[in-house]
Amino acid sequence: MSEMTIPPDILVTGGKTFTHVNDDVSAPLERWPTWKWWVCFAVALSCLGTGVILASDMFMTGLGVLGLNEPVGWGCFIVNFVFWVGIGHAGTLISAILFLFRQKWRTGINRSAEAMTIFAVMTALLFPLIHTGRPWYAAIWLLPYPNQRELWVNFRSPLLWDVFAVSTYFTISLLFWYVGLIPDFASVRDRAKNKVRKLVYTLLSMGWRGSNRNWSHYEVAYLLLAGLSTPLVLSVHSVVSFDFAVSNIPGWHTTIFPPYFVAGAIFSGFAMVVTLLVIVREVFNLKDYITINHLEKMNKIIMTTGMMVGYAYACEFFIAWYSGNPYEAFTFTNRAFGPYWWAYWIMTSCNVIIPQVFWWKKMRTNVGVMFVVSLFVNIGMWFERFVITVTSLHRDFLPSSWAYYTPTWYDWGITIGAMGFFFTFFLLFCRVFPVVAMAEVKGVMAHGNHVSKEKGVA
Amino acid sequence: MAGREIAGVVGFYSDEGALLDGARKVKQAGYPHFDAYTPYPVHGLDDAMGLRRSWLPYVTFGGGITGVTCAYLLQWWTASESWALNIGGKPFNSIPAWIPIMFELTVLFAGVSTVVALILGNRLPNMTKRAFDPAITRDRYAVMIEAPPEGYKGSDGKSFSESDAASFLKNAGAKEVRTVFQEGWF
Repeated sequence: MSEMTIPPDILVTGGKTFTHVNDDVSAPLERWPTWKWWVCFAVALSCLGTGVILASDMFMTGLGVLGLNEPVGWGCFIVNFVFWVGIGHAGTLISAILFLFRQKWRTGINRSAEAMTIFAVMTALLFPLIHTGRPWYAAIWLLPYPNQRELWVNFRSPLLWDVFAVSTYFTISLLFWYVGLIPDFASVRDRAKNKVRKLVYTLLSMGWRGSNRNWSHYEVAYLLLAGLSTPLVLSVHSVVSFDFAVSNIPGWHTTIFPPYFVAGAIFSGFAMVVTLLVIVREVFNLKDYITINHLEKMNKIIMTTGMMVGYAYACEFFIAWYSGNPYEAFTFTNRAFGPYWWAYWIMTSCNVIIPQVFWWKKMRTNVGVMFVVSLFVNIGMWFERFVITVTSLHRDFLPSSWAYYTPTWYDWGITIGAMGFFFTFFLLFCRVFPVVAMAEVKGVMAHGNHVSKEKGVA
Repeated sequence: MAGREIAGVVGFYSDEGALLDGARKVKQAGYPHFDAYTPYPVHGLDDAMGLRRSWLPYVTFGGGITGVTCAYLLQWWTASESWALNIGGKPFNSIPAWIPIMFELTVLFAGVSTVVALILGNRLPNMTKRAFDPAITRDRYAVMIEAPPEGYKGSDGKSFSESDAASFLKNAGAKEVRTVFQEGWF
């Protein structure tokens, strides 16, 4: 009888000790940023500036500067909103769902993925506000508060469900992230030599001392938050999909939308995580913590979810034909072969065909290849939302009002501004917060040592 | 610095096994006030210290129940009592449409109350007890036998004396033993 042994997963390479973990992860916080960081930051800030200028001009002139008109009343802004909310989902999947499934490899990447979630949701939240043209009203009119007109918001509207879903998602993700950060802030505090840094991190760590009476509650709280975040993340993109599915527009009014949106969100989110981490591990020298092994696992998830999305595309066409609904059939034929055929085929090639290269281990483990593929997936998923939104609207039930939507410079500029907003925050995060969850990485390193000692491996 | 108040006596350990052993011995000796300090949550330490399972899940459950109730009441009251509007001929109290927000507020209230309870239950923000060794958040493990808080009159367990505690920790396998004084952060 031979015992089947599964070799333990090597999560941290380079023979690192706990001291190395603190040194390596805290290093970027304790030195003047490198020129690479400044270049990235300058680019991000100028994108953000462009967006701010164009958006201010839009507020003063009016929404007419956008490409929106009858019948396409939803354009780039809703596309960006759905895109950025979707990006956030990978962070919660990594921090919560993989935690519940005891995937220990998540510890190397969860901190930066959660940061990505927070900033992506902040970016997404810009669009519902600015698309009203009067964001200072939108910020409060979306909420049910007692007012002089004694009117309430309409709780039957999926748009309002969205307000609650996305703001809950943002709040819970932020708390989950902060709870994870407390012990690491304490680590940075305890090695700080600079007085100001010491003060700032003492306040951020809330005086955490690593007491086991605290850890005991902490671990339970972490588990509870993971358990709460898991259905939450699935609900958020489901509710976003209700914005479309609850209406009666052909191409939107389908029951496949919630799972289709969630799969797409995780797909695009993982692509964004790969894009960011490939850069982060290079710039901040964290290749021993964010290893090829981690990236390979994420690439497998990208390919799997990519095929789920591909299945959803196929399923929509099948149902359009099988349901015998002529409007549905027209919409889908128009989607693939109508005036927006180019957007449809960009979407299909980027999301379904290109990720197939990950069947080969050589491709999954090649940093250059995965970076390019992840960029294609990001582009493809942006176009997926564009295709869903625009192709269903531009040829509606009344052929006399058919039109072709072309985004203007304002649409594009504000889209780029949102990317600048996201990257500005992400770059600042890399400078001031520990990019790898040190306490959690130590936990899995200790577990690895423990196992190998028991088995007599090391 | 004369006249400083003693917070406790701390013993340092270099690996998990020794720490678990040390914590177990301190517990068994019957010291009423002690704690362990680690860079990450060490498995088995709760049992070694004889800690009961955290009460946080009850708070979470209470938060969730409050959230779902508030969400239902808010939607029912605004849509069918305060100003009933006919929307698409649906009933004023259209319960299926309330479900998404009931779910979201359940999660919101449960999550926020968990974090608030975690912070308060852990006596955070902690202003009065300074970290006694910067290496705890890096790679050291420690057990501290604490001096009883002011006004503590309990007679359960072993009473505290600095020299006693120090020699006890040495015998319990501590590599280094040190007295810690009461000191705040600022």
